[in-house]
Amino acid sequence: MERQFRIYRYNPEVSPTPSFKTYTVDVQPAWTVLDALNAIKWDQDGSLTFRRSCRHGICGSCGMKINGKNGLACEIQVESLKGVITVEPLHGFRILRDLVTDMDGFFAHIEAVKPWLIAGTPPTDGERLQSPEDRKQLDGLYECILCGACTSACPSYWVNDDFLGPAALLKAARYVMDTRDEGFAERVDVLDSRNGLWRCHTIFNCVEACPKSLNPTEAIVKLRQKLTALKI
Amino acid sequence: MEHHRHDVVVVGAGIAGLYAAMKAGESADVGVLSKVYPTRSHSGAAQGGSAAALGNEGEDSWEYHLYDTVRGGDFLGDQDAQELLVKEAIPVTYEMEHLGLPFSRTPEGKIAQRPFGGHFSKFGKGPVKRSCYVADRSGHAQLHLLYEQSLKQGVRFYNEFLVTSLIIEGGVCRGLVALEIRTGNLHAFWARAVMLATGGYARAWRVTSNSHANTGDGLPLVAKAGVPLEDMEFVQFHPTGLYPHGILVSEAARGEGGYLFNGEGVRFMEKYAASKMELAPRDVVSRAEQTEIDEGRGIDGGEYLNLDLTHLGADAILERLPQIHELVVKFAAVDCTKKPIPIQPTAHYSMGGIPTDLDTRVLLDGKKQVVEGLYASGECACVSNHGANRLGTNSTMEAAVFGRRGGIAMAKFVRGAGPILPGDERDTAAAEEEIEALRSRTGRESAKVIRAELQASMTENVGIFRTAEKLQKQVKFMQTLKERFKEVGVSDGSRAFNTELTELIELGGMLDFSEIISVSALARQESRGAHSRKDYPKRDDVQWLRHTLAFREADGSIRLDYKPVVINRFQPEERKY
Repeated sequence: MERQFRIYRYNPEVSPTPSFKTYTVDVQPAWTVLDALNAIKWDQDGSLTFRRSCRHGICGSCGMKINGKNGLACEIQVESLKGVITVEPLHGFRILRDLVTDMDGFFAHIEAVKPWLIAGTPPTDGERLQSPEDRKQLDGLYECILCGACTSACPSYWVNDDFLGPAALLKAARYVMDTRDEGFAERVDVLDSRNGLWRCHTIFNCVEACPKSLNPTEAIVKLRQKLTALKI
Repeated sequence: MEHHRHDVVVVGAGIAGLYAAMKAGESADVGVLSKVYPTRSHSGAAQGGSAAALGNEGEDSWEYHLYDTVRGGDFLGDQDAQELLVKEAIPVTYEMEHLGLPFSRTPEGKIAQRPFGGHFSKFGKGPVKRSCYVADRSGHAQLHLLYEQSLKQGVRFYNEFLVTSLIIEGGVCRGLVALEIRTGNLHAFWARAVMLATGGYARAWRVTSNSHANTGDGLPLVAKAGVPLEDMEFVQFHPTGLYPHGILVSEAARGEGGYLFNGEGVRFMEKYAASKMELAPRDVVSRAEQTEIDEGRGIDGGEYLNLDLTHLGADAILERLPQIHELVVKFAAVDCTKKPIPIQPTAHYSMGGIPTDLDTRVLLDGKKQVVEGLYASGECACVSNHGANRLGTNSTMEAAVFGRRGGIAMAKFVRGAGPILPGDERDTAAAEEEIEALRSRTGRESAKVIRAELQASMTENVGIFRTAEKLQKQVKFMQTLKERFKEVGVSDGSRAFNTELTELIELGGMLDFSEIISVSALARQESRGAHSRKDYPKRDDVQWLRHTLAFREADGSIRLDYKPVVINRFQPEERKY
């Protein structure tokens, strides 16, 4: 079935001005947006540039804006989209070329929250024990694939990209909520900073944007409660 | 050209590369190059867990794990390496827990374990729960953990760098040249120790569980330096690739109790492995599936079968297999709590690769002589842990155990070695010329067409069942494809993010190692593990209980040599499940 894809094109080596270019693709059954992008690149226009790897929603490479909504190109079925399909890079990040954005700042924010377990000496002869209930606290936190869909959807991030953003704060929660972790105090400086937890205005765009159905806003609220309790 | 120096340079940021980087980073200055951002590597797609005989959920021992690994590999694995794998799996699992891996837990709070194909207790006699898991996102959780720990160690990451050449002189690896994808510039990296952890090569098949990135990039680099590739004919087809995409539906689905049905509604595994049924090793189950499909007993006579989980109940599925549930809904529009999942065998894992010793040092002759300063671990390497067929959950564990061993070995080596010897433009000129020549190509052949023909022909001729006739056809066809590859042009004239160029580099490598796979497979006149010859249906321990070593000669031809298997504990016996 023929479908039209209107794709954001930008290549500073060729022109300083971005534009949209429309391609017609003979879409096969069960094709995802990524399949269509590959078909365009391989059959029509070798210069079309995007990131992709796992093609089943676990590596986080192909976050982009599809018909106005952030998601992963590899897991959105073309059939589920109406009309001409508009594909743009994730907003809020510097665009390097076409659908490829600069994710260095995004990853630097992840690093800033100290995303590692901060804990005392572990037992010498086996694992630390953690009850299934305590482990359950991490469900909804550890599954993040760092695709950037949430941070890119966040108005607070658009106006200030020093804001850690929902993905980094979700990552902080993944460690803070881990009953094995004792490092909350070490993370307070960054979480309580002007670019930390309080920059979130609970707009919930991140929740809507997450292709893994995670809830960064809820994680941010929990971290705030913990921070407030510490201060009192 | 920009030049960089590190004590240790690791190529690839999957579990093996990052474990090595993290460990070496404790005392050495480490740089990691990855052609994707970290956490995008294909280790993240591993689902079901990593094997370690913790015995948290019933009796287990490393001896049982060793026996299963030896037998699962159809006795081609080197038993000294396998012993290290199963013994060190236990402390490595605890180390990952101590680092913070969010393992699923038993009611007492220990690391939870689940059954997996080919793993048993009491030397093949009883069931066992050996896979230590994080729901069905085990690889994802490990990959993120090791990336984060590497950050903590101060490892320097070079994201989106594709290695194009190794600099090896006089049996010493001094560094490498890599393309910075973002700018299109080449960079030289000078190091005392270089580790290749570049992953597997199942992208050379049409139906594959592998990511677009799994193009086996490290293999042609070492082959070019005169290092042989070991046991390349052994490629695993996973029994449960989602139909028709081929993406992975974890073996955990069968570990948790899933059944396989053919088009006649029969649990067909009773014909092929009456005792272990769906939990027989992957080569056995994939052959059974392919036989059912070939004999017309696929679902509606088609190219797929059913994996049924419905009897497990929705609660168990959503608790233990949440990602599978999500994947199957998204990619097959099937709710697996209510309906069976359409599946087919899918090219999945490369048992063969770069020959190394137990400290992951690359072997120049494939046997004893090391390339000083060059290491390899994970799926790109062949130490050999998996022999002719890998057991599920042994791959992520191999990546962790041998990545770790490599990291420790490199740190030790660089402490005793002299200073880094940086080279100059004379050392990198050839690498630069090669890439510039590729960039300015103007031929009329299509990379897409050549890639598709490679994948289709490898599936047809070097698939689950092989014959001399098919393999000869493939060896010949590889020459045609390689000739046509020379005529592929690059239409994208830009330097920055020229993914047409990177795809071309990857394709050239795939053609190189696919020919080596085909030649190695043609020579091996027996059936062992994943290498199944219809014209030689039996295992032949007299002639073929030995590893293949395939050398790419200076004139472009391939020379085969062989080396004995290390057998120090379990003698070959009939393999029956």
